[in-house]
Amino acid sequence: MLTAVLLFLPLAAALLLLLTKGATARALALGASIIEFGLAVYTAFAFKSSGSASFNLNYSWIPSAGINFHLGLDGLSLLLVLLTTFLVPLILLSAFKRDFDNPSAFYALVLFMQTGLLGVFTSLDAFLFYFFWEVALIPIYFLAGAWGGERRVAITLKFFLYTVVGSLLMLAGFVYLYLQTGPAAGSLAAHSSELSAFYSLKLSAAEQSWLFWLIFAAFAVKMPIFPFHTWQPDTYTEAPAPATMLLSGIMLKMGIYGTMRWLLPVVPLGVSQWQKPVIILSVIGIIYGAIIAIRQRDVKRLIAYSSLSHVGLMAAGVFSLTQIGLQGAVVQMLAHGVNVVGMFFIADAIERRTGTRYIPDLGGLTRRTPVLTVCFLVMLLSTVALPLTGGFVGELLLLAGVYQYNAWVGAVAGLTIIFSAVYLLRMFQRVMLGPDSSFSETITDLIGGELLILVPLIALVFWIGLFPNSFLHLSEPAVTNILALVGR
Amino acid sequence: MTSIILLSVFGILNLFLGFLRSNKVLLPGAMLLLLAVFGANYADWNVAHEPYFNHMLVVDNYTVAFTGIVLLTTIVLLPFSRSYVTAGEPNLAEYYALLLFALVGAIMMIGYDHLLMLFVGIEILSISMYVLAGSSKRDSRSNEAALKYFLMGAFATGILLFGIALLYGATGTFALSQLGAAVAAPANASLQPMLYIGILMMIIGIGFKVSAAPFHFWTPDVYEGTPTFFTAFMSTVVKTAGFAAFLKLLAVALPAAQGFWMPTIQAMCALTLLLGNVGAAAQTSTKRMLSYSSVSHAGYLLIGLVASKGILRGEAASAIFFYSLAYSIATVAAFGVLKLVSDHRQNDSYNGLNGLGRTNPLLAFVMTVAMLSLAGIPLTGGFFGKFFLLAAAVGQGYIGLVVFAVIMSMVGLYYYLRPLIAMYLRPAEADATPVPVDGIQSATLVVLALLTILLGVAPGFLSGLL
Repeated sequence: MLTAVLLFLPLAAALLLLLTKGATARALALGASIIEFGLAVYTAFAFKSSGSASFNLNYSWIPSAGINFHLGLDGLSLLLVLLTTFLVPLILLSAFKRDFDNPSAFYALVLFMQTGLLGVFTSLDAFLFYFFWEVALIPIYFLAGAWGGERRVAITLKFFLYTVVGSLLMLAGFVYLYLQTGPAAGSLAAHSSELSAFYSLKLSAAEQSWLFWLIFAAFAVKMPIFPFHTWQPDTYTEAPAPATMLLSGIMLKMGIYGTMRWLLPVVPLGVSQWQKPVIILSVIGIIYGAIIAIRQRDVKRLIAYSSLSHVGLMAAGVFSLTQIGLQGAVVQMLAHGVNVVGMFFIADAIERRTGTRYIPDLGGLTRRTPVLTVCFLVMLLSTVALPLTGGFVGELLLLAGVYQYNAWVGAVAGLTIIFSAVYLLRMFQRVMLGPDSSFSETITDLIGGELLILVPLIALVFWIGLFPNSFLHLSEPAVTNILALVGR
Repeated sequence: MTSIILLSVFGILNLFLGFLRSNKVLLPGAMLLLLAVFGANYADWNVAHEPYFNHMLVVDNYTVAFTGIVLLTTIVLLPFSRSYVTAGEPNLAEYYALLLFALVGAIMMIGYDHLLMLFVGIEILSISMYVLAGSSKRDSRSNEAALKYFLMGAFATGILLFGIALLYGATGTFALSQLGAAVAAPANASLQPMLYIGILMMIIGIGFKVSAAPFHFWTPDVYEGTPTFFTAFMSTVVKTAGFAAFLKLLAVALPAAQGFWMPTIQAMCALTLLLGNVGAAAQTSTKRMLSYSSVSHAGYLLIGLVASKGILRGEAASAIFFYSLAYSIATVAAFGVLKLVSDHRQNDSYNGLNGLGRTNPLLAFVMTVAMLSLAGIPLTGGFFGKFFLLAAAVGQGYIGLVVFAVIMSMVGLYYYLRPLIAMYLRPAEADATPVPVDGIQSATLVVLALLTILLGVAPGFLSGLL
């Protein structure tokens, strides 16, 4: 029941929003998202950490086909639900400052997307998962398209086609798996699309080999992993800041989560066969993203490439198939979600004040903006993975996992920390410090509403950095479970 | 059977109503009586009826289900004829009467149990449509459409009739059930070539009616020239009835000749998917895009015929039913919005939709749902339609065809997004005014959008029906 409320509350709020305007719409959107976060926190306290899913909700959805509306939460799902419900109010809050038309439709789409995202993180039925996977895509297409920058039409089309093609391949893989299953207990249908039915399939290595790529296509595009990333920098740059935050902060995690839940345990033989190529691609992505980030002159684009580089490390950690690597990916999903949202928010705050994100035009902004500078620096250092910050814990565990897999690969992947220090600190130096620009005297510091967004983010950065175990212990049984299934 | 009688009687009554010259009564009247017919049709669900007219017509669940689709489609389509009422169209009563007669033909095509009944049904439907295609008398494109449709259609009907004759020659019967046995155990082996030529000709004839490639070439021109209201009827009711007839023919009369027709249908299917989708991607007019898209949907439905493997009941037939329903609803919604917008803006190309998201949020939303459904995106009925069809085909082992269909539906995404891009991402003309929509039209559009979403989130109640 709790899961159903959790899932449908944002949807209900989104529908209500369509009837409201102006300040009421804002209050309703924010209120609903905060209640949603409260519910998620309540769920987290009521949650008993174990390997299997709790808060199950299982209805027959399409009886003739054996497809169920099956939701449930294990530690991994719970953490992502918490991340989503934590970030959405902040993202909504960040949209309030913006001046754009039809805001209630904008908020409604954000909340609608939240339902899609929560559905993805809690589905325990393959077709339900696919269903929510696409439901999450439709609103973000409109968010990025309708409120985006000048080149939005071509870029969002590219984004949409890329992701839908990826997910259609995943669907094809699911249909194949589905047809291999037997009937579920007590069901009239010949097959079952339950996750557990997929887990108990015994497929040949040859089948798993191509199934791996069908399913991984969707996840690889969503993360994105090199060379499926070409939609990402453009889309992140052209989308309005709140949509970019949704894309990078939460949507990206759909790919990592999907890999952990729907790929590794489903086709373990395929995974062991392709583990090496995927890790190599991920590491290429780390280096490639970092090198391109160094050359960027647009703040938003730079953060986009930095995100590409970081997600490469997460993928490598997941595919190391070690407990520590997977746990690292879980923490890093949270830390990266917080970091990247903070970074994009600050980039947006600077752009709103100066009207530009072009690095050479900026400089010497610190003098009038001490608070902005501090916030920027905290977010930045967490992204660089400085000890005490969330980014450090995540990257350390990830690197340890990759190192366990192969020391050389681990060493190359470790370059990410050095590289990110290079491009981020260089950016900070040229934007905030450096010679004065025309904005140095006129720029205003962060105001209360903006701090309301950054303070929770910063708090979480340190919380993850200082007490990572409060999150790790939640996901540990789930991760152990996944690895046991992979090793079966 | 009740529905055929009611529709015929009402059709004739409608012609008399024309004398009254009161267009205002016609539209609600026609809708009410169609609702009554829909109810009468529904009453036949799960009721066993003796076959009518010496086994010429059967009313079973198959007939009732597909009849339900064509009736529902017509009911929700009617409000968009409103512009004829307000313009004081003098021939409105005749149009409605012809639509009702066309429905009679469609129901005969769905319920036939005898090849002559099939032929009569196709003719009643087609002749009505030939007239309606040319109903915009002063528009040369409409005249061209009617002439083209008539010439091509007459030719195709000739081929169909020739096929029926050859089939009769080879087997000595017109009745579907007896045909099945006669094809399975031919009395005279030397007549086999005649049988196969007959089957091929029938496939060509029906393939033409449902606009399956390579017999689709008339579709874009005819659909474009025909007044939008009737185009919507053509691309939904005619197609649904055509496929119901097609499936019945292959599954009841010709399952034994599967080795012959299966490769033919498969080739047609692949070709239809290819030409329909690639053709649609190349269009700049929404109406022409929808015409090509209706060709491509014929391709997806042909997959259902392949997956049926000559069985009338079961997964494939249910999938065809569900797909036809989802497709019809989405198509009526799309054409409905298009008609309202193009009547107002005098432009049926993509940029005619520019900025609709701002001027008419409701129309834009309904169009969005329709496009997403036609593209097969989850949350809409179109997704489950495609899903059931493709799953049925995969279940029968036609992986290659399904992979091709999935690739083609990726092409489909491209052109179905173009109206959305126009509506939401491009600004309207500076002097654009909201498109006038009356209450019943908005209500119908909302119902269509909700139905599409309902089929997309709770397909359980209509899946696996047959």
